[in-house]
Amino acid sequence: MAPSLPTIQPGDVANAEKARAGGSFDAGEAVEHHGALFDYLLRLGDDSLILGQRLTEWCGHAPALEIDLSLANIGLDLIGQASLFLNLAGEVEGKGRDGDRLAFHRDVLAFRNCLLVEQPNGDFAQTIARQFLFSTMQLSLFERLTGSSDHRIAEIAAKAVKEVRYHAELASDWVVRLGDGTEESRRRMVDGLDWFWRFVDEMFQSDEIEQSLTRAGIAVDRAELRQGFDATVGNVLRDATLPLPEYPRALTGGRIGHHGEHLGHLLATMQYLPRTYPDAVW
Amino acid sequence: MYTTELKEQGGKVAPVSIVSEDPELVAAFEARVAADEFIEPKDWMPEAYRRTLVRQISQHAHSEIVGMLPEGNWLTRAPSLRRKAILLAKVQDEGGHGLYLYCAAETLGTSREEMIEALHAGKAKYSTIFNYPTLTWADIGAIGWLVDGAAIMNQVPLQRTSYGPYARAMIRVCKEESFHQRQGYEIMMTLGAGTAEQKAMAQDALNRWWWPSLMMFGPPDADSPNSAQGFRWRIKRDSNDDLRRKFVDATVPQAEFLGLTIPDPDLRWNAEKEGYDFGEIDWEEFYAVVRGEGPTARERMKARRDAWEQGAWVREAADAHEAKRRARLAA
Repeated sequence: MAPSLPTIQPGDVANAEKARAGGSFDAGEAVEHHGALFDYLLRLGDDSLILGQRLTEWCGHAPALEIDLSLANIGLDLIGQASLFLNLAGEVEGKGRDGDRLAFHRDVLAFRNCLLVEQPNGDFAQTIARQFLFSTMQLSLFERLTGSSDHRIAEIAAKAVKEVRYHAELASDWVVRLGDGTEESRRRMVDGLDWFWRFVDEMFQSDEIEQSLTRAGIAVDRAELRQGFDATVGNVLRDATLPLPEYPRALTGGRIGHHGEHLGHLLATMQYLPRTYPDAVW
Repeated sequence: MYTTELKEQGGKVAPVSIVSEDPELVAAFEARVAADEFIEPKDWMPEAYRRTLVRQISQHAHSEIVGMLPEGNWLTRAPSLRRKAILLAKVQDEGGHGLYLYCAAETLGTSREEMIEALHAGKAKYSTIFNYPTLTWADIGAIGWLVDGAAIMNQVPLQRTSYGPYARAMIRVCKEESFHQRQGYEIMMTLGAGTAEQKAMAQDALNRWWWPSLMMFGPPDADSPNSAQGFRWRIKRDSNDDLRRKFVDATVPQAEFLGLTIPDPDLRWNAEKEGYDFGEIDWEEFYAVVRGEGPTARERMKARRDAWEQGAWVREAADAHEAKRRARLAA
């Protein structure tokens, strides 16, 4: 028989709270609530940041110089979007944290990105599949956010939507090229898409946080984006002569900080310098 | 990012004979070059001129591409969002430079694939500087400051080089390089004004990058066999040693401003020549790195070959798709 474990006492919770305020226990941040808007901005910013970080891993290693430049371009746009959203998140939070503080001094449980963006690059077909699915969603999201009642979000979306239109086009073009290219590229494109279908539904889920912001005209109901997404995916896959997916059971959790195993490694790399030298300015 | 003429196989290369060329055409060509006219792709040119340019421009292009790797090594670890974006933009610029340079070299009748295959086979060289590792964030500052600084010294005169497409590529490249150098120096200034650990990092980066940066100007003039013809044809416009001296004179006060010490006990101001005297470069190390024995040489070439080989199916797919598309349009 297993030994009984002590029950968590109210005093333990209070101690954990103190530890968090001291900054030595990041995980505790996950349970903090700085308001729905702060959380929403983290979702927007973290999606861009984590995918941008993934794309930088390609730099210097892409299949052709032109592809290297395109992936770097997309990465740059995403990191720019992340800066804008995370700086705004810090402002909304009002605790003196800026975009860098949020990017480099949060741990896994406090990240709010969807699971899709944290997935490793895989081969070029996987990278394209991930980009295609994400940018197609992000384009329709930002198109609508340009009408957000929060003018700061509307402004960021208006700037970003032009960038994302290019990302979505570039990714769709490659899905078609690879799908309708050689036998090998077709096989890889099918596998690449297949690998990511389970992460698609999460991008369209919303919760009480987003619903309350949607009612206030600040956010967008993600469920409403789904039809357009399915239509675009259907059209591109038809052009690529690829079969339409049956979406498997969705994996979720990113929006509440319950990520996959890969994100911790990504953060360990990305955050290493500011974490190692916490007093330094770079 | 760089050019110096490196000997292809690490051994002496005999100047290509131009005796077999039509003397009237050669004379007319040389008169145009002497009058500082640009030679354009469709113009007649001596075969040796063409070959020297292909070698030099492709080496320059390869250097840009291989040069993406040591800095790319820090993209995932840049310490702020701003630094990450700047570094990514910079590495992307290097890729763009590679692209214009390959295009400039292609105007001389050699395809990009042929040049890349020559690099991967070890027949074509790239700058020795990219065979050194980037250990700390300060190396990103030092590369911008010293390596791009040395590249600018080398490249500014090439904006007036005799081959039109190369000169024009250099104008664009130089503009971007001066931005790169400033961002590198700004990283060094931030580190110099930072914590004790950051200052130590900056000094260590200078210690490791100083001598390899001086080597970027190529062998001493006395051992630079291709120079005479290069000057006559205005492919080269300043000697290796002159450019190296100019670089030292410009850089020493910059290091002083940062509060850093140049790792050369023989470095001192010479009032008579109004320039710095400096210590002897370890030429044995330089030639070893040219031969492919630099600390990260094998990793760099492996990374390039892997990218090329693992990306072959993508390039084939793009070609196959294009062919299908055209066939459908024609039908």
